[in-house]
Amino acid sequence: MAAVAEAPRAEPSSLGQFRTFARRNPTIVAGASLLLFIAVIAVIAGLIAGDAQFMNPSDRLHGPSAAHWFGTDNLGRDVYARTVFGSRISLVVGVAVATVSIIFGLTIGLVAGYYRRLDAPVMRLMDGLMAIPAILLAIALVSLNKASVGIVVVAISIPEIPRVVRLVRSVVLTTREQPFIEAAIGGGSRHRKIILRHILPSTIAPLIVQATYVMASAILTEAALSFLGAGVPPEIPTWGNMIASSRLYLASAPWTIFFPGTCLALVVLAVNLMGDGLRDRLDPRLARRM
Amino acid sequence: MAPGLADAGTDTEPNSHTPVDNQADMTAYIARRLFSMLPVVAIVAMFVFLLLHLAPGDPAAIIAGDNATPQNIAQIRKALGLDEPLWQQFLVWAGSLVRGDLGKSMFWNESVATLIGQRAEPTISLAATTLSVAVALAITMGVTAAAKAGTAIDRFVMGFAVLGFSVPVFVVGYILIFVFAIVLKWLPVQGYTPIAEGLAPWLRNLVLPSVALGLAYVALIARITRATMLDVLAEDYIRTGRAKGVASRPLLLKHALKNAAVPIVTVIGIGIALLIGGVVITETVFNIPGVGRLVVDAIARRDYPIIQGVIIVFSGIYVLVNLLVDLSYTLLDPRIRY
Repeated sequence: MAAVAEAPRAEPSSLGQFRTFARRNPTIVAGASLLLFIAVIAVIAGLIAGDAQFMNPSDRLHGPSAAHWFGTDNLGRDVYARTVFGSRISLVVGVAVATVSIIFGLTIGLVAGYYRRLDAPVMRLMDGLMAIPAILLAIALVSLNKASVGIVVVAISIPEIPRVVRLVRSVVLTTREQPFIEAAIGGGSRHRKIILRHILPSTIAPLIVQATYVMASAILTEAALSFLGAGVPPEIPTWGNMIASSRLYLASAPWTIFFPGTCLALVVLAVNLMGDGLRDRLDPRLARRM
Repeated sequence: MAPGLADAGTDTEPNSHTPVDNQADMTAYIARRLFSMLPVVAIVAMFVFLLLHLAPGDPAAIIAGDNATPQNIAQIRKALGLDEPLWQQFLVWAGSLVRGDLGKSMFWNESVATLIGQRAEPTISLAATTLSVAVALAITMGVTAAAKAGTAIDRFVMGFAVLGFSVPVFVVGYILIFVFAIVLKWLPVQGYTPIAEGLAPWLRNLVLPSVALGLAYVALIARITRATMLDVLAEDYIRTGRAKGVASRPLLLKHALKNAAVPIVTVIGIGIALLIGGVVITETVFNIPGVGRLVVDAIARRDYPIIQGVIIVFSGIYVLVNLLVDLSYTLLDPRIRY
């Protein structure tokens, strides 16, 4: 009875694992794939699109055609090329603002939540910052400096930081009451070690979710700033400044607004879907409610 | 949840109220809360003041722009009092701020307060129509979605909410203009008619901007309404109500919604920030001569006193609205006493 060697229990293939993950978290996968697709387009923009600045005045406001997939704008520039290159600014600003505001928000939030003496003054400062409408604050900061991508990132990050601080602080306040923190203090751990090793980890899951929301909001704010003429230098094509420069031609050439507008909405939708999915996965308490 | 507003749902601790005995002295409470606004307003003022002075280089030169002559720059420096020490400038500026003097425009020969006053009607009209329609619509959507949780209606509302957060105000605005004003010709493309010239023309001009501006706000409130209603509907007294035969409509509206009111009102208050930011963009899209347009035009001319003044006024409104929200808790939920 030559026992047939027991077939090795089928290790779930990585593809199978992915399928299971995708079935359980459809929004994360949908959002992440869409975002990945747009990110790839941003990276290879130079390969798949022509010159975004090339003007051909005799070719103004032509509808979509084989030569110009998305038509041309009021200066005869190719809307497809400008839309493809425009993805770069949205993604760069979105990721940069998320990174900057998480780093500062996390540091300030950990300190404010852990050291009780600093809590009140820091939080009053944050309340004050939060009362200033984000778009207006960013407008003021950008208009007082020479337009650059860096200034736009700083201007959008400043109003986002207080929201991250509040989130981190609330996590720290609940975590520091846990018995294991008391044990660590009793065991003689230094404050620095308690914060970094025992408190920091519990802020990570909510911060990942928050980072996606900050990114979505940053992309929208950047587009709004560009639209209002207070964004990155006008020679860089962005979806916001494309829409702004085309707004007089809405009736005769709606494609000049339609294509960048749709892309903008799709990117933000992708990031929001990912955020919602991650929240459902990482924070079951909130997931049930929202 | 709205980007950037993720703290809305989780953080409803209504500040640092100390519960006082019943028959709370409401006046004392209001006075205390008004007083607690002061540090926030002071920080806003300080920050707005420092904005100008934190800018690298000579603020007068930056404001004057690239083609300015030295005389222009000197003139601006004098107009803003930039040749005096910083603390003195701040005291002078803060002193006039307390008296309601927001300074003088550098382009128009008018005080900033007068200019804001002249542009207030369109902005207030837009905000009022948006707020009333959006809140009514959002609460209806949220309650319906919660009552029919798991059905197609629920999924539609939730899908609408995600989409509402994702499409920028100006994109919605141009789509609406294209469809309803250019193709169908039902409504005017842009502009504003003062209410004094008749209710109907006034409203016709406000329909599209209000829809564009309200979309994200509806999404935000509908979502929190659904979430809170789901929590409340899971409570025992709702089951009791159902068991003793309370009809489902009064059960939803009188028993459940009333008890879900506090978080919903909190988000309505926090969402005002969304509306204020949106007003600036909506007025540009629809060419409405309001306070938002005033500030956008001021950017192009680097008319800094106007930018400062509008930021302070809008921040003040935000703080005030959220104070009213805090005060409304006692009316909405008798368990909360001050």
